[in-house]
Amino acid sequence: MKKFNKVVSAVMASAMVVSMLAGCTDAASTDTPDAKTDTAQQTNNSSDSGATFKIGAIGPLTGGAAAYGNAVCNAAELAVDEINAAGGINGYQIEYNKEDDEHNAEKSVNAYNTLKDWGMQILVGPTTSTPSIAVSEYTKADNMFQLTPSGSAVDCVKYDNVFRVCFSDPNQGIASAQYIADKKLATKVGVIYDSSDVYSNGIYQKFAEEAKSKNLEIVSAEAFTQDNNTDFSVQLQKAKDAGADLVFLPIYYKDASLILTQANTMGYTPTFFGVDGMDGILTVDNFDTKLAEGVMLLTPFAADATDDLTVNFVKNYQDKYGEVPNQFAADAYDAVYILKQALEAKNVTPDMSISDICEAVKGAMVEIEAAGLTSSKMTWDASGEPNKEPKAVVIKEGAYVSAE
Amino acid sequence: MSFLTYLINGLSLGSIYAIIALGYTMVYGIAKMLNFAHGDFIMVGCYIIFSVSGAIGGGSTMGVILSVILSVVLCSLLGITTEFIAYRPLRGAASPLAVLITAIGVSYLLENVALLIFGADVKSFSSVITWQGLSFADGQLRIQGVTIVTIVVSLVILICLQLFINKTKQGQAMLAVAEDKGAATLMGINVNKTIMLTFAIGSALAAVAGALLCSAYPNLSPYVGAMPGIKAFVAAVLGGIGSIPGAMIGGLVLGIVEILSKTYISSQLSDAIVFGILVIVLIVKPTGILGKVIQEKV
Repeated sequence: MKKFNKVVSAVMASAMVVSMLAGCTDAASTDTPDAKTDTAQQTNNSSDSGATFKIGAIGPLTGGAAAYGNAVCNAAELAVDEINAAGGINGYQIEYNKEDDEHNAEKSVNAYNTLKDWGMQILVGPTTSTPSIAVSEYTKADNMFQLTPSGSAVDCVKYDNVFRVCFSDPNQGIASAQYIADKKLATKVGVIYDSSDVYSNGIYQKFAEEAKSKNLEIVSAEAFTQDNNTDFSVQLQKAKDAGADLVFLPIYYKDASLILTQANTMGYTPTFFGVDGMDGILTVDNFDTKLAEGVMLLTPFAADATDDLTVNFVKNYQDKYGEVPNQFAADAYDAVYILKQALEAKNVTPDMSISDICEAVKGAMVEIEAAGLTSSKMTWDASGEPNKEPKAVVIKEGAYVSAE
Repeated sequence: MSFLTYLINGLSLGSIYAIIALGYTMVYGIAKMLNFAHGDFIMVGCYIIFSVSGAIGGGSTMGVILSVILSVVLCSLLGITTEFIAYRPLRGAASPLAVLITAIGVSYLLENVALLIFGADVKSFSSVITWQGLSFADGQLRIQGVTIVTIVVSLVILICLQLFINKTKQGQAMLAVAEDKGAATLMGINVNKTIMLTFAIGSALAAVAGALLCSAYPNLSPYVGAMPGIKAFVAAVLGGIGSIPGAMIGGLVLGIVEILSKTYISSQLSDAIVFGILVIVLIVKPTGILGKVIQEKV
């Protein structure tokens, strides 16, 4: 009966979504021409006054995902300030502006339009996937270059004017397999994944493919669904019986915390390896962080790394914003420097039109090799996906420590 | 050896279903209504324990006992209130569907209120059972403390309920109400009071089940009771809904079937198999394992 009820609410929900989408399309068709004329004027304005690049950032600065948006917008600002202090890009200073989207697709589009009115030429953002996908429809129409630091859903970069700094969701599976094989963390691997979730399923599929080519043996691959996510004894027991010395968990921390508890109860202590969905395990209310001791997770950034770049970044960020930067901040900081490198590679000047800048940067992106916080060597192909060395952290005494 | 391990895992899962099913079947047996909000009473019980033991500094034995007692009392009150506000006015309704739909409404209401108060973030529940359990064969076979406690508590509840229903005046009144509300009224039994008592007991059982559910699977969220509640309903039907020993047997069987089908068939198909069993039971033996065929008098 409850199932039936769920179906009814699902149908109602989708009906609402459809009507909302219809609303969006209407807005798009009426907005865009106006917005285009705005853009043209703005471009003229900025070429009149000359001399500055205008870079905008979008992210949730308030609401539940505010931690991500603030990290992105703060770190981008930090990078812009540093670049300006060092003489700017091709001799031109950067003007920077940010807008709040509350992790909401519609508000993100509004934020984009506000920034465009201000004269934005290049967009860093949006921070989260759903808004990023929504905004990419508009940047595509305007042919504005968009670099999302952390939009990880596959569709974020479906247009050729959009690139990203982070790995896509499924590519985390490839990166994880590479990391596990290269660092020789294990030879026999167990996987527990959520077959009812696109994110988890996608990562698992890519992981399995890559594991095969890396000679990692997947000895047990067990699924669960969101309707059956309380008892993991079977999945764990199978991994244990198959002799897995590492268990890969491409799932969210909510289910992972339960898996760690149950593994502890049954006395099974393999290395657990997660992806970005695992980030947050230490924040579960009342969770015994001792259970997460030794858990590894794939993440591009560890604030305690000792290379000069990271040390300086963490220090400057802390001085300015009073907190330790997270991986979102690192992605955004890199994003601004990547743009600088691309703009310099093609000798772009601020008086060029938005579209010309976009074409130049697009051309540069596939040629440059960038070094930053999240990797010492990043390259891109025309699809907008980054190629970079995977990095991981390990949890020690309730904190992330670089696994290098 | 590994088969034994899986069997024991099935037993621990089954014991949880059994204790939830006891509350379900108790309410159905007397009030003849399916309280679909039962799973959410469990969730409320868990949040009460979580909040109280957090407030008085959990970990101490006294704190745990106090929080469980408070949870039982508050859940009983919640059961009585729900019955009074949402179910009683509909008892005379033309269709029994009315009260069923209301129960689903109450279920969603409770889930959403919990979502509003506590948020969607999962909270890690500290087990109320600190005993590690027994281990055999050099630790290769383990029976968790919470499993043993759950089975013992289920048995105690089973015996107490049987004694209460068969030996006390109130219990006899419940049986009479279950048999025929009209005739019971004529015999001088206060039907409203009797059903209220049934809900109080049923909801208290939900609080106990909640404490054990969240001790075994310590992730607390507003939806923690929904799926176990439905599975326990299947268990109650399997054992014969309305039959108290049947709920116990149904729960254990269901838990073992679920774990074994996860193990030997597919970890994704286990729910399909569990609900498939519900369909088969309803077709082949609608009264369940221990259910009696009762001629409904019109």
